[in-house]
Amino acid sequence: MGICYTLRDGKSQGRTELMSIEVTHDPALMPAEPARPVIHPRWVRVTHWVNALTMVVLIASGWQIYNASPLFAFVFPRWVTLGGWLAGALLWHFAAMWLLAVNGLIYVVLGIVTGRFRRKLIPIRPGEVLADARAAFTGKLKYDDLSVYNAVQKLFYLGVIVAGIVVVLSGLAIWKPVQLHELAAAFGGYDTARYVHFFAMAAIVGFLVVHVIMSAIVPTSLRAMITGR
Amino acid sequence: MPRVRRGPPPGVDPELLAKDAAKLMPDPTRRLFLRGGASLGALAFLTGCDIVDGTSAEQALIKISHFNDRAQAWLFNPNKLAPTYPESAVQRPFPFNAYYPEDEAPEVDREDYKLEVGGMVDNTKSWTLDELYALPQETQITRLVCVEGWSAIGKWTGTPLREFLRRIGADTRAKYVWFRCAEGYSTSIDMPTALHPQTQMTFKFDGEILPRKYGFPMKVRMPTKLGFKNPKHVMEIAVTDKYLGGYWEDQGYNWFSGL
Repeated sequence: MGICYTLRDGKSQGRTELMSIEVTHDPALMPAEPARPVIHPRWVRVTHWVNALTMVVLIASGWQIYNASPLFAFVFPRWVTLGGWLAGALLWHFAAMWLLAVNGLIYVVLGIVTGRFRRKLIPIRPGEVLADARAAFTGKLKYDDLSVYNAVQKLFYLGVIVAGIVVVLSGLAIWKPVQLHELAAAFGGYDTARYVHFFAMAAIVGFLVVHVIMSAIVPTSLRAMITGR
Repeated sequence: MPRVRRGPPPGVDPELLAKDAAKLMPDPTRRLFLRGGASLGALAFLTGCDIVDGTSAEQALIKISHFNDRAQAWLFNPNKLAPTYPESAVQRPFPFNAYYPEDEAPEVDREDYKLEVGGMVDNTKSWTLDELYALPQETQITRLVCVEGWSAIGKWTGTPLREFLRRIGADTRAKYVWFRCAEGYSTSIDMPTALHPQTQMTFKFDGEILPRKYGFPMKVRMPTKLGFKNPKHVMEIAVTDKYLGGYWEDQGYNWFSGL
């Protein structure tokens, strides 16, 4: 079934030209979409944004938990923490933990099964990382093809996945140092696991800072993570 | 009723109080303990959709905490022992930690003390300290993990709680064991943890009669749970099917708090 439209073509010099276009609901006959390929499939975008929210909750509540017994000579200012006090922060942390576990599992399994990790993140060659890093700092790195990651990006994305795995495992060791005491022992014991958990968090926060700055410098990458293209 | 004398109440250094308790205590001016941090904090952008509105967020988080109780009960292996350490690992002096300063610790009179027993047990007779000291005792060197994050290795000596529960004819099909303490503190634990071989009615710390600051005359030590689940100055033990929560648990700390 077709519908008849009449459009006004404004480009015709001075004259007003009437054009008739036949529009149908048959996709094969629809005018072609602007040809931007899908860079991020839906599962990547959904898990990315769920993870973003989960990370903010876990980091902010984790900082409040840290403040109850600081590992170093500083505490996090209250306004960047979540939960109000230790009990509230623990409630947030151990609620968001499930979201991270489920979402992270989906992401890692699909990343491996679909071959996305293999296609996008490896190989990482040290020479390319150095060259791309130099190019990035001198403003010469091109960001025109978002479907291909440069070597620095690959290193960052793979690195944050590894940091994510370490933060989860060290978190489990701190949470269950008796039931999972073999895991805690693998981290050098309960007390050391706390430091590992802290530094894995710090690595993730460092990644986040660069990641957010880069998405502001290259806004099309932000658009791609929202619309997929 | 055993007579309990509190330590001299005046002369409390407010800074000491703050140091020891502020980390755990809610802001007394704020009834909804999540509101302040949540709305001002990193989640401020969510306030528009009511996610961090005090009561609703709190209720959702408490529900998840109850789910976490069940998850931890499922994860708890009654035969898994907490790691033990050599004598040299014992931390001396062992950190004092409570919601009151050290000189405010309850003073329980040795002669008047009687451990009350109640609930689903065959014999509700009270126990004097001498009767308790006559029970078979064991020593454990284990790690105490505080909900705040720090930990310390200590040496505790006493009677396995399961041995005591057997002697009083406790119905071990009951869900909970509840403890009431001299200063009004209370906590409750699941029966599998009560029956865990390392859950101990503790009478000695580091070879000495349990000092006042560590819970004289008796504390209950369980290396499978966070420190605040290890009650000090225990005056009453009850076996029950009724969920009775506890001092910190009622304020939002997770009830199971297993390690």
